[in-house]
Amino acid sequence: MSNLNLTPNIDGADDFYAELLATHDNLSDKASSALNARLVLVLANHIGDRAVLADALKAAALK
Amino acid sequence: MNKIFEVPLYPYKRSADQDELTPVRRKVVVIGAGPVGLGAAIEMAQQGIEVVILDDNDKVSFGSRAICFAKRPLEILDRLGCGHVMVEKGVEWDVGKVFFDDRQVYELNLQPEEGHEFPAFINLQQYYMEEYLVNRVHELQAAGALIEIRGRNKVSAIGTHPTHVVLEIDTPEGSYNLEADWLIACDGANSQTRAMLGLDFVGRVFEDNFLIADVIMQADFPTERWFWFDPPFNKGQSALLHKQPDNVWRIDLQLGWDIDKEREKRPENVIPRLKAMLGEEVNFELEWVSIYTFQCRRMEKFRHGRVLFAGDAAHQVSPFGARGANSGLQDTDNLGWKLGLVINDQAPESLLDSYNRERIHAADENILNSTRSTDFITPKSDMSRTFRDAVLDLSEHYDFARPLVNSGRLSVPCSYDGSGLNSADALGGPSRTRPGSSCPDVLLEDGYLLPKLGGKFTLLTIDADAPEVIEQDGITVTRLALSTGNDPTSPLKQRYLGDATSAVYLIRPDQHVAARRPSFDENQFRAAIRRATGKE
Repeated sequence: MSNLNLTPNIDGADDFYAELLATHDNLSDKASSALNARLVLVLANHIGDRAVLADALKAAALK
Repeated sequence: MNKIFEVPLYPYKRSADQDELTPVRRKVVVIGAGPVGLGAAIEMAQQGIEVVILDDNDKVSFGSRAICFAKRPLEILDRLGCGHVMVEKGVEWDVGKVFFDDRQVYELNLQPEEGHEFPAFINLQQYYMEEYLVNRVHELQAAGALIEIRGRNKVSAIGTHPTHVVLEIDTPEGSYNLEADWLIACDGANSQTRAMLGLDFVGRVFEDNFLIADVIMQADFPTERWFWFDPPFNKGQSALLHKQPDNVWRIDLQLGWDIDKEREKRPENVIPRLKAMLGEEVNFELEWVSIYTFQCRRMEKFRHGRVLFAGDAAHQVSPFGARGANSGLQDTDNLGWKLGLVINDQAPESLLDSYNRERIHAADENILNSTRSTDFITPKSDMSRTFRDAVLDLSEHYDFARPLVNSGRLSVPCSYDGSGLNSADALGGPSRTRPGSSCPDVLLEDGYLLPKLGGKFTLLTIDADAPEVIEQDGITVTRLALSTGNDPTSPLKQRYLGDATSAVYLIRPDQHVAARRPSFDENQFRAAIRRATGKE
């Protein structure tokens, strides 16, 4: 098992969530979808560790 | 003006074999005088083995076709006598530019590693390469080698037997039969040999069409590879511009699936597309236009008894990454020495099954890479397009996204990891020279390493003792003694020793590593030679 953290890890979770939604303000579905894709890639690169990423892909697929 | 591809290079000539009452038996027959077939035949002839090449045509290939040749195939071609002539004529390049929509998103400099005799890639029209290979065949013939090309000899039937094959061959003067101990089928993606033997060729079809055009123009585009995703002049599709010798430029334009091919090929439809891409003011002449679709697929087995398949006849990939002709030459490089040993009774016939295993491993690697490139270039779903565009947009701003941009991963040699011919790694040296991998070149004081390895088994010693010659079951292994001169920065140390202070490598005739140890151990190396020749 990798050390993918699936326990609460964000200080000020409500603030982060609001920032996430605010980034999508006034965007079309297509532009939002593009932004989400870019965000996934930025975060994935930051993590880097392939085992963690593989577990994150599984976790996101709810498997 | 007569183009090279319009002149018969090996015109039909009656062979004495056609007048024999009983079919003549030849050692090796190669079907197909393309780059792979010619490469295979020259390899056999250089080993002193009789070989006949049959081709249903009499000219080099029409149009530029394969244009990008990578370092490893150039090294192989050097051993076949054609490496330098190709580099001299070819165009070297190392800058790639990627465009997305109406802007350049980044530029890539493929800095070549120091100390290699051959460049990372050259661009050269396939017809030049075939001309050089045919010249080499004639040179070998003049020197007395038993090699000949028979133009307009079309194989119309094949009978397979445990000890040989029988070919029925149509010529302008009627048909004749010929027997061969071994048949190497290099007759391309639409291999008639494969069809006549009723063999499979399965894989994935990509529903896309590409317009491929060679244009001659005096233009000041630099010698770079330019790749466009979704450009204004070809909306929703891709485009590629690449320079070849003689002011010929290769242009690939993706057209999509639902098109009228004959209509798209007409100059009145091609020229406006090219003007939109190159600019209205650029003057050019169309040399060759073709439309292709492609598949990624391979045969289940490359060896069928006495018939061996190589190149596109055995496996087909998308053009992204230049893995067609490049991998075909590595097929024949792998096959040549093995077939030579079997013919000369120095190895069991089963050694040829390792050709099957090793080159299927390579074909799968090539298919995987070229399929991934294709999926990036032509996304198959809305979400894959969203991610593709996200990568391109990010690549304009951040370095991290650039390795994700995939406009073709250029051909690199496959390492035969897990091959039964390898001995376990007892050195633990650099990963790039582990057993199975192809030897990287090094500039030594008196020349380059790879020509010194040549095409025979070699015992490469680096700061280590060993006998000058080992004989094992008819296989002669000759020592090549090198030293790093205690220089920790020497490329020889970095590429072949790593943290070790000495090493002994057993190197196969195709310049792949069979075994490596920190020092010479006679029993271990004798076993390694046996293993590398299919005797363990």
